[in-house]
Amino acid sequence: MTTGPDSATDLFGALTGTDDPALGRLRERLAAAAERDGLLDIAYRTVDSPVGTLLLAATGEGLVRVAYDREDHDAVLAKLADAVSPRVLRAPARLDPVARQLEEYFARSRRTFELPLDFRLAKGFRRAVLTHLPDIGYGHTASYAQLAAAAGSPRAVRAVGTACATNPLPVVVPCHRVVRSDGSSGGYVGGEQAKLTLLNLEAAA
Amino acid sequence: MRPFERIVDEYGPVVLRVCRAVLGPADAEDAWSETFLAALRAYPDLPEGANVEAWLVTIAHRKAIDVTRARARRAVPVGEVPDRPSASGLPQDWDGDLWAALARLPDRQRMAVAYHYLAGLPYRDIAELTGGTTDAARRAAADGIRALRATYRPTSSVEGARP
Repeated sequence: MTTGPDSATDLFGALTGTDDPALGRLRERLAAAAERDGLLDIAYRTVDSPVGTLLLAATGEGLVRVAYDREDHDAVLAKLADAVSPRVLRAPARLDPVARQLEEYFARSRRTFELPLDFRLAKGFRRAVLTHLPDIGYGHTASYAQLAAAAGSPRAVRAVGTACATNPLPVVVPCHRVVRSDGSSGGYVGGEQAKLTLLNLEAAA
Repeated sequence: MRPFERIVDEYGPVVLRVCRAVLGPADAEDAWSETFLAALRAYPDLPEGANVEAWLVTIAHRKAIDVTRARARRAVPVGEVPDRPSASGLPQDWDGDLWAALARLPDRQRMAVAYHYLAGLPYRDIAELTGGTTDAARRAAADGIRALRATYRPTSSVEGARP
């Protein structure tokens, strides 16, 4: 019989399973306890949608990030950990109202979102632009130049483009309604196809 | 810093194994929950480059001590370690025979075995947690493994075998 340092793995086979149902319920319990104790700085979940899988993240103040698949959800979470807090957990409950309203939006039964929003990821002029985006009504579009004028800086057309491209809350804050003056859709954080999908969805309603 | 969710992904399973080996099926899940909640609280202050696994095992050790003391206070003496079903009712969650054998070890041996063989902690770190010298921790682990071999045979290698 040997008792060297590496000879005990056979003893613990009963403990070394990886696909463990206990971990699933423990993680749910941790998320609930973290919320209860005020330690859930960022809760997140994903939802499926006609424009792909969306990552939703919320602070205690409100929805802080909506991210498209092509933005790389892992990278987005890593950036949130750096920019806001590393206390990040998958915790769907806080995002239930967001998921529900998105589902209604994609089913064409909702035209505006009624959600607390946390704009902390957008600063200065970009933030000012984002706060004007909901003024563009459902099913309508505005040009980058019109939005620049609305934000009080008519010559900052390029900065408006940047603000839209870096919108931390796409879909919910409707940067997809900002299009080129020639009528073409222009770029989009979720890709041009996603922008067209959203514009067509709203036009058909 | 990495999102805490990634820490749970990476170390959740090993901390659960350690909690189960040290405390058994009845208390392991409470200890795991309290360990990760305390870790979440302290996480933003964890120094860059810290050994996350050793840090978590240290927290789990403190929680295990708390649970052990609480259990001693409310203990009703039982002649034999009960053959408990797994907490979830799923047999793959836990092997009652292994816990029965681990439960017969003195606390220090059971902890040394769990921290070294399941979490890979060096004996120097284990000595810091359980007190005593590095050599004493090494001896406790070796004695624990020897005692386990004498009383427990994994069901995976010999079907249905009992010591």
